[in-house]
Amino acid sequence: MQVSMTVNGAPVTEEIEGRMLLVHFLRDQLRLTGTHWGCDTSNCGTCVVWMDGEPVKSCTVLAAMAGGREVRTVEGLEQDGVLDPVQQGFMECHGLQCGFCTPGMIMTARALLDRNPDPSDGEIREAISGQICRCTGYTTIVRSVKWAAAYEAAQVTS
Amino acid sequence: MTAVEDRPAGFVDNDQKPVGYGRMLRKEDPRFIRGMGRYVDDINLPGMLHLAILRSPVAHARIISIDTRAAEAHPKVKAVVTGAILAEKGLAWMPTLSNDVQAVLATDKVRFQGQEVAFVVAEDRYAARDALELIEVEYDILDPVMDVRKALEPGAPLIRDDLEGKKDNHCFDWETGDAAATEAVFAKADVVVSEDIVYPRVHPAPMETCGCVADFERVEGKLTLWTTSQAPHAHRTVYALVSGLPEHKIRVIAPDIGGGFGNKVPIYPGYVCAIVASLVIGKPVKWTEDRSENLVSTGFARDYIMRGEIAATKDGKILAIRTNVLADHGAFNGTAAPIKYPAGFFGVFTGSYDLEAAYCKMTAVYTNKAPGGVAYACSFRITEAVYLVERIVDCLAYQLDMDPAELRLKNFIQPDQFPYTSKTGWVYDSGDYEPAMRLAMDMIGYDELRKEQAEKRAKGELMGIGISFFTEAVGAGPRKDMDILGLGMADGSELRIHPTGKAVLRVSCMSQGQGHETTYAQIVAEEIGIPPADIQVVNGDTDNTPFGLGTYGSRSTPVSGAAAALVARKVRDKAQIIASGMLEVSVADLEWDKGSFHVKGDPSKSVTIQAIAMRAHGAGDLPEGIEGGLEAQICYNPSNLTYPFGAYICVVDVDPGTAQVKVRRFVAVDDCGTRINPMIIEGQVHGGLTDGVGMALMEMISFDEDGNCLSGSLMDYLIPTALEVPEWETGYTVTPSPHHPIGAKGVGESATVGSPPCVVNAVMDALKPFKVRHADMPLTPSRVWEAMQGRTRPPI
Repeated sequence: MQVSMTVNGAPVTEEIEGRMLLVHFLRDQLRLTGTHWGCDTSNCGTCVVWMDGEPVKSCTVLAAMAGGREVRTVEGLEQDGVLDPVQQGFMECHGLQCGFCTPGMIMTARALLDRNPDPSDGEIREAISGQICRCTGYTTIVRSVKWAAAYEAAQVTS
Repeated sequence: MTAVEDRPAGFVDNDQKPVGYGRMLRKEDPRFIRGMGRYVDDINLPGMLHLAILRSPVAHARIISIDTRAAEAHPKVKAVVTGAILAEKGLAWMPTLSNDVQAVLATDKVRFQGQEVAFVVAEDRYAARDALELIEVEYDILDPVMDVRKALEPGAPLIRDDLEGKKDNHCFDWETGDAAATEAVFAKADVVVSEDIVYPRVHPAPMETCGCVADFERVEGKLTLWTTSQAPHAHRTVYALVSGLPEHKIRVIAPDIGGGFGNKVPIYPGYVCAIVASLVIGKPVKWTEDRSENLVSTGFARDYIMRGEIAATKDGKILAIRTNVLADHGAFNGTAAPIKYPAGFFGVFTGSYDLEAAYCKMTAVYTNKAPGGVAYACSFRITEAVYLVERIVDCLAYQLDMDPAELRLKNFIQPDQFPYTSKTGWVYDSGDYEPAMRLAMDMIGYDELRKEQAEKRAKGELMGIGISFFTEAVGAGPRKDMDILGLGMADGSELRIHPTGKAVLRVSCMSQGQGHETTYAQIVAEEIGIPPADIQVVNGDTDNTPFGLGTYGSRSTPVSGAAAALVARKVRDKAQIIASGMLEVSVADLEWDKGSFHVKGDPSKSVTIQAIAMRAHGAGDLPEGIEGGLEAQICYNPSNLTYPFGAYICVVDVDPGTAQVKVRRFVAVDDCGTRINPMIIEGQVHGGLTDGVGMALMEMISFDEDGNCLSGSLMDYLIPTALEVPEWETGYTVTPSPHHPIGAKGVGESATVGSPPCVVNAVMDALKPFKVRHADMPLTPSRVWEAMQGRTRPPI
């Protein structure tokens, strides 16, 4: 079957099997390998992307279900060579080690800050609680998101 | 360049011009935060085929027949291979890292649920999976051996009938210490406490599962294997031995690795299958296991049933520790440990205490479970050793009604006793335990917490304070004692300074997220004065790095870190000779000033390392006997292990109604010797603490009596999320290793080793009103509830 969607702002139309998962579509068909796959059961969240602005686990979305939607992946965050503050925050606060869960974490964190620019530690932990990181123990991820929130708040006031 | 922090006394020569050590953002992060890391499954070669593995649905059965005709008829299938086909090529079995053998594909029997039975190669990953469904296997089901305690009973089903003359499920016996001396001490002791302590089977479960892309190029006869490997060089040698390909025609590349934790040390059948498929078909073949395959078939960890005994005087002087261990090694002994250490480094079970005697006897058995044994950041079984000693010491504190902090402080090995030879023969290089313990107690406010606990207990609330103090033995290891399959555990390092003064360091270890590209650049920067940004670190490619045994057992900094420092010093020595020619003075008249040499007494006469590099490659004369270029290579053979240590204290609250445990606070004080990048060290510790909460409260690979693995997905195998762990609080002391070139000790596994007993001790402390002295992990609400009712039971 044919599926058309917008990925990181660009329209794409591809021939796919009806059962193809969105995560495989992005990785294997579009070669956007920043989105990772880590379980099969929606537990790990390393596959999180946005569909129409909402974080979804792309291992449990069929590519066909994304037809007509706007999909955004980690590759779409950097704009004109400028990193998203969440990306910068993860570097500044050591919010990653092996980097495998990082794209999913960053997409979720970005979505959180878009809705809640000044989240508490608890709200950040709640937001990322559908995702697993085996390396960081989460404290530095919380710090990373807070770094981005503070950075954005400073941008607004200046 | 970078802030200087955490400089230990005695290492102050470079303080004036900071270049190397200190908090520095990681060089690898710019690619990871953009989604531009390159992991194995990201690799996509032209014409690449996909491999999927058919696994046994049962734990123990004889294979009667395999019918692959329908799978072969699938239009997208290129090959279907069974054990019988591999056997024709002599490839059905492969060596494990413990000199046992393991089936690549089962030929005679399957011996655990999830064992590899056949594989399919197809045009895409979906078709390969479809074709697996078309293979029909007829099994003659046999009774499985799932209860490790019954594995050696007469009449127990024989698992390893593939081994010539094998009559039972015995794997090996091992002992350490002095049985008679220990018995004598126990006989005279005022107090003896004994406890059965189980460390259940757990799994490293890195976020990236295992996989590879095998690409055999038949004209050159060269195999390139991109693979999830923590030890690319060791793997290359094993592949050469298994496949018969000459070793110089094998290139193993470990690209970015999505976490390892020991899971990516062994060689799994899937890798061998992909190699065979590429050799036969002549095209690149990718194999990526799914999460269930990872959990049910790859390297598990722990699975020790331990009887711990401790002897002490009535005022709390610990005299001796004795343990008897039953070790479950699964169906094949796939332990990845130095070959003379079948129980890994479990021998350090005497912990941080000065004892009169110690003894351990271990019996290892085969069961119908997946192979593995040494994984999950265990520092070669030190997790089990530390759990045993820290749990049994707490049991003694309970029995003596003594504060567990006071008991530990009373029994520590004292600073003037180092180097300290333990009663099981381990030579602890350096340590100063009491300051670390006091710092942890200060940070958490120990005395205040005890007061709060007393108040809460009076109100019926359950609050616990747990302590653990661990000493690790890491950095394997001296080659006279330590090898894996005959390969000495040394590590190589090569440093090249280019004409413009930029450098490339090539190391034999392999990062799985530890930040080697940053840490090693800092080590070299500290030694040779070139900024870390100008130093490229290459790892994970056997064609482009010197030989060495890889990254596991917290050995990278103790071994490869030493190699990096020493190769930089070797280059600096040559640079000094070249500088002497440039400045027309003798070598002895030069002083190093981090980044430049100057003439003693005349700092205005100096040359930078960059200018020396240009001279080394340039057209001008060099001093007599000096070759052009500025590079060196070394192989570092450690003279001893290093012994990092730490004091951990946590606070838990247990809901008296639901028995849910909540870790409220956790303070970790680590001493890993010289600290290279404190940010990275903190990150390593945080991750390990999370592992510890997971193992103590949630994680376990369990089986039913028929041999079904009940933990084959992340819905069943629970790993902590951000909601189950507190904000970590860390501190440190610095006791450099005396024999390591920069005094560093390694920290990658410290917290995974040290934290499980801390959490369990806290929960037991909370349950003291119920007179619970011990309950086994995982302390799930149901297990804690049972303990509160006086019905503790082992998890297996």
